[in-house]
Amino acid sequence: MTTSPGSRRQFLKGTTSGLTTAWFALHWPAVLEAHEHARVAAADSQGNFEFFSSAQAGEIEAMAAQIIPTDNSPGAHEAGVIYFIDRALMTFDRDRQPVYRDGFALLKSHATEMFPGSTAFSQLNADQQTQLLTAIERTEFFETVRVHTIIGFLANPVHGGNRNEIGWKLIGFESRPSFKPPFGYYDAEEQS
Amino acid sequence: MTEPAKLPKFDQKAPVDFVVIGAGGAGGVVAKELSAAGFQVVVLEQGPYIRPEEFVHDELRFRNAYISPQIGREVLTNDHSLQPNTFRHNENEKAVPQAAVVYGKCMGGGTVHFTGNYWRFHEIDFIERSRWGPISGTGFADWPITYADLEPYYTKAEWELGISGLAGASPFDPPRSKPYPVPPVRVKSSGVLLERGARKLGLHPFPAPLAVLSKPYNGRNACQHCGFCEWFGCEWGAKSSSLASVIPMAEATGRCEIRPHSYVRRISTDKRGRVDGVIYFDSLRREQFQKTKAVVLCANGAETPRLLLMSESNLFPHGLANSSGVVGKYFMMDLAAVTQGTFEHPLNDYKSVEVTRIVHDFYDSDPKRGFFGGGGIDARFDYYPISFALAALPPGTPTWGKDFKRAIERNFNRTMMVLCHTTALPIETNSITLDPKVKDAWGEPAIRLTYQYHPDDAKNLNWFKDRALELLDAAGATQKWALPIDSPTIGVHLLGTCRMGNDPKTSVVDKFHRAHDVPNLFIVDGSSFVTSGRNQPTCTIQALAYRAADHIARAAKAGEIPNAT
Repeated sequence: MTTSPGSRRQFLKGTTSGLTTAWFALHWPAVLEAHEHARVAAADSQGNFEFFSSAQAGEIEAMAAQIIPTDNSPGAHEAGVIYFIDRALMTFDRDRQPVYRDGFALLKSHATEMFPGSTAFSQLNADQQTQLLTAIERTEFFETVRVHTIIGFLANPVHGGNRNEIGWKLIGFESRPSFKPPFGYYDAEEQS
Repeated sequence: MTEPAKLPKFDQKAPVDFVVIGAGGAGGVVAKELSAAGFQVVVLEQGPYIRPEEFVHDELRFRNAYISPQIGREVLTNDHSLQPNTFRHNENEKAVPQAAVVYGKCMGGGTVHFTGNYWRFHEIDFIERSRWGPISGTGFADWPITYADLEPYYTKAEWELGISGLAGASPFDPPRSKPYPVPPVRVKSSGVLLERGARKLGLHPFPAPLAVLSKPYNGRNACQHCGFCEWFGCEWGAKSSSLASVIPMAEATGRCEIRPHSYVRRISTDKRGRVDGVIYFDSLRREQFQKTKAVVLCANGAETPRLLLMSESNLFPHGLANSSGVVGKYFMMDLAAVTQGTFEHPLNDYKSVEVTRIVHDFYDSDPKRGFFGGGGIDARFDYYPISFALAALPPGTPTWGKDFKRAIERNFNRTMMVLCHTTALPIETNSITLDPKVKDAWGEPAIRLTYQYHPDDAKNLNWFKDRALELLDAAGATQKWALPIDSPTIGVHLLGTCRMGNDPKTSVVDKFHRAHDVPNLFIVDGSSFVTSGRNQPTCTIQALAYRAADHIARAAKAGEIPNAT
């Protein structure tokens, strides 16, 4: 399994797995547009996708659920990461659409090859899914889905993911306009 | 908030007293000082005028430029998709397109998004060449000014901009004529841990001087500890950026016209070699020409030399103010040894300001170490949720799956960095030049950065890395690691490219920032630096700007700035 680069500079060069995390090639007006888009779409956020077909959404959602799984706490699924990705691909990250289009073919060919008779990635059991993702984890497609999933899990909820701040709650991040000290265990210790 | 005064609208065809190019740390100060002294000032800033109320807590909008160097369009910093850079390690390499310089591009420049570490230089910073002698392969030199020359302007900067700190807290501090105007920002857990570790090692940690208000000051709010500090703008106005401090003062004079979205492509000169105007693109990319009696160039250590090189003419065939050939050379950038540690209990270091405690015990170079170099150390947490999950986990942590999930859950609140800001030696071949092929979106030549650090810089970084790991250990870290040291290919502190000096053959500006070659051109920003300091340059950039502006105003009043006629 790919591990952390352990290097900010390495990350700077976009070499988490030898691929550029070109997700970052977004821009301000487009993010604003996405923001607006998310707001408009908020009323209609259950099961309607703009970029993905529902079958495609099922495949990407299954991948996201392996990247940040649901166990004793909610994961990518509950955070609605798939809605974040769908909107990203229709707004500020349109340039990444081909990566997903090619990715569906890659997913299918690997599933057929590794697990003959299988029909879709999302139909594999959890072990099989992990095996398949491990086999493709150095591809641009996997890296893109991985980065999108993490962003969709932890971005401000206005962008369509991180529903009910599920991602923030997991890591212990509170979003507030201001805080009062003490901030953490050690400065509280000093204060007492 | 200051009520906007009647903002002037100057005629482009009638020369104004000064055009200031760039509204960052230096340009904001110069614009304020000159307009307050009674002069008409036009400020040309290539970025937008973003108001404090537009700064929101959204990592996806205001991304951490540190982790997104292949960036498309940034909000507060330069946009490499419009203004590409190229990079090479040395002159024999072919430069490749990549993000190489990052700087603030909005009203207030880098002071809008910076951490706010506000370290004065020490006395030694100005005279290191005399102290240590020459260093092979470098243009190591003394400054033409001393700490004593700059001290009154450090004080002025601290009091006018609003700097928090505790005078006398550090035994290494240079002499000062006045204490800080406001006390230090309250310590965070990372500061407590650094302090504990440092004391255990016999060092002298002290409260960080910070360009963030701990108390209301000059009608501005105190820090609310929101945590969206580095890489974000402060919606409270508590960060002492040019945007929050001097720019409103400049506007209040009624003599300062600010033109955002104004991208200068040429400083124009008359046939006697005096500046007569500035050619720039407005927001619709229409070319404009502003006549002026003098120019103060404050565009930063990368854009300033680029603009001078782009302003070549028959009279200045190698670029404006470049008879020395030194424009663009001796580029120095932020060198940093980065270490991280995790602790047993939550620090929640994403809250409040970035830095609350620092260590200056190793500021000075020491021949016993066997190389030249010094630095300062701080404790901080440079991350937000997304950047943390993508880039800050201990080496070897899985990047997806249940163990990844456990790691972000466990570590986000328990991680801190110990960051060492170190010297960068000035090397002639490290330079900003015009890329011969790559152009920006306006058709102007791209910045080409050539950079390779000096062997002493590398030794120094490794030495500091070990000190930082010792500090983490002494602080009780459960796990600690260092990021690998390598010669950087991207810089955010851009220094040294129009160095100051007494000799016109080896420097670009004199000790009052006047270009040796052009009597009505002044250059004030990180490009004036002769040596790097300890790579927290903003305090010194702004002190230099106050000093330069003081001199420029006096010279103008005395009729000592000849202009084009």
